[in-house]
Amino acid sequence: MDDAMPENQPPQAETDTNVIVEFRHVHKWFDDFHVLRDINIVLGRGEKVVVCGPSGSGKSTMIRCINRLEKHQEGTIIIDGTELTDDMRKIEEVRRSVGMVFQSFNLFPHLSVIENLTMAPVYVHGIPEDEAEGRALELLERVKIPEQAWKYPGQLSGGQQQRVAIARALMLQPKVMLFDEPTSALDPEMITEVLDVMIELAEAGMTMIVITHEMGFARKVADLMVFMDEGQIVEAAPTDIFFDNPESDRTKLFLSQILTH
Amino acid sequence: MSRPQPISSALAVSGPRRPPPERVTGIVAWLRTNLFNNMQNSVMTLLAVWALLVTLPGFVNWAVIEAVWITDDSRVCRAAAGACWAVITEKHRVMLFGTFPYDEHWRGVLVIAIVIGLSIFSAFKRFWSYWLFAGWIVAMVIILVLQLGGVFGLKETGTHDWGGLPLTLILFVGTVVGGLPMAVFLALGRRSDLPVIKSLCIGMIEITRGVPLITVLFMASLMFPLFVPEELTIDKVLRAQIAMMLFFGAYAAEIVRGGLQAIPRGQYEAADAAGLTYWQKTRKIILPQALRIVIPALMNDIIRAFKNTTFVSIIGLFDVFGATATALEDPLWVLYAPEAYMFIFLLYFCFCFSMAKYSEHIERDLAKGRNF
Repeated sequence: MDDAMPENQPPQAETDTNVIVEFRHVHKWFDDFHVLRDINIVLGRGEKVVVCGPSGSGKSTMIRCINRLEKHQEGTIIIDGTELTDDMRKIEEVRRSVGMVFQSFNLFPHLSVIENLTMAPVYVHGIPEDEAEGRALELLERVKIPEQAWKYPGQLSGGQQQRVAIARALMLQPKVMLFDEPTSALDPEMITEVLDVMIELAEAGMTMIVITHEMGFARKVADLMVFMDEGQIVEAAPTDIFFDNPESDRTKLFLSQILTH
Repeated sequence: MSRPQPISSALAVSGPRRPPPERVTGIVAWLRTNLFNNMQNSVMTLLAVWALLVTLPGFVNWAVIEAVWITDDSRVCRAAAGACWAVITEKHRVMLFGTFPYDEHWRGVLVIAIVIGLSIFSAFKRFWSYWLFAGWIVAMVIILVLQLGGVFGLKETGTHDWGGLPLTLILFVGTVVGGLPMAVFLALGRRSDLPVIKSLCIGMIEITRGVPLITVLFMASLMFPLFVPEELTIDKVLRAQIAMMLFFGAYAAEIVRGGLQAIPRGQYEAADAAGLTYWQKTRKIILPQALRIVIPALMNDIIRAFKNTTFVSIIGLFDVFGATATALEDPLWVLYAPEAYMFIFLLYFCFCFSMAKYSEHIERDLAKGRNF
């Protein structure tokens, strides 16, 4: 099926330890609907990929395959040397090294901010409670809301909640961070505070895959831009080339639509 | 491009914040808004006042003015024109403790105190945890020791001796403490991906919900012994208890399922992404939220479970209702059944009304979204 596009042969990255996420010929269907069509991506350690595309293009499904919130049916996904299969132990191993931030925050409303952060480290990974708490306070400092530690998520603004969610995802010292439209549910005034935290994280060397339409952010941090449509990667290019000189007409149209106003 | 001056306009004003205008209060205003706000309601109010005027004096005369309050001689009651409340003082031991040995009634009092005490303790949200549940199980053990005796120098009293309010409360607490975990497991099972577990749970829930409690109790007390070899006889109280637990569990399972369904998918995903296993996720993330949502609905079922304990008097157990019927077999006092039953009515009302009020309070508290 990929004979038609020989130039899109995936790079040989199997043994390259600088590669942390690798998709090879990944396909996925929702019932009869072919939602991911031959996805090939390689992400190097410390690099940042921004994925954009219209809604329904499969970008969200694609990154949810990375920590197995969605299951792919064909092809290979390798995360930090571990191939994702039905083996629950491997899935848990991968989830430990992958942090995820959702569009709708998904904080646990019945737990305080600090408990949201310490829950998984303490209960899943047996890290001592005071150690986890210390790390949590450090991270809250880093996302600039240490004073909210003892509040409940419902008492925070959207921007604050999302920053707590970022801190929560960082608790297990992940090797990759996934962001699934982290600012789409936020009021305009709060988008900046979240993006600032993400930029700081990027500058600190975190490996990131970000789905966003914040093109200012993308230009600033992305090493690679990926444009998806109808379940396929339509265009993938280094950031400057992507914005200044996109190849496909579909990409040009999309960019012109989101960059006007 | 210049636009014409628009017709639309708005005024920019800066003013101080001030309190809202005062509301009209006072008796007349209250009467007008609540009782006489329109023609129909005024008529209904007047009719209700008339009905009260007709019935109330007669009732007060019977229940208070002409009533006999304390006597150990039923002939005094027979001579009086009013109610005979003396039947309660005279028979309260049998009504409250059934046929439990007279000298051991203090054990029944302790059981009642433990149940009421722990219930009040459980009402405070800050004590809610899985430990509280463990506390109830410990309490059940203590209650069983108190009621069965035979250890620590307590006189041995079999379940055939049990009766009255302690029996009612034991059946109630046993039903809820045993039925709630069952409900949770059934509800989780019903949503399971494993077809066998799923259909087992659905079958269990639907069959139990499809029959009246009274038939389940009759099955347990009359038909069960026919099928089971004699050496295997299970205690009658225990059989009734299990039947009531199954019944409560099946109903509560559907309520818990509603709570589970109300938890957004994002909660499951966030827990998965954090690497929690199914049981960690269920215990730490899903259940605490789902159970909180369904507390008002569960309270409704819990109140029903309390009232359902009266059914056991039909299969020959002497709960507080059955024990009262027994107490009234005394020919000297049999005439005063209405008074005795009014007392029982009040007793049930106190329990159920306080639970209902509490449920209302919790509902309001949860609606405020505090701690949530």
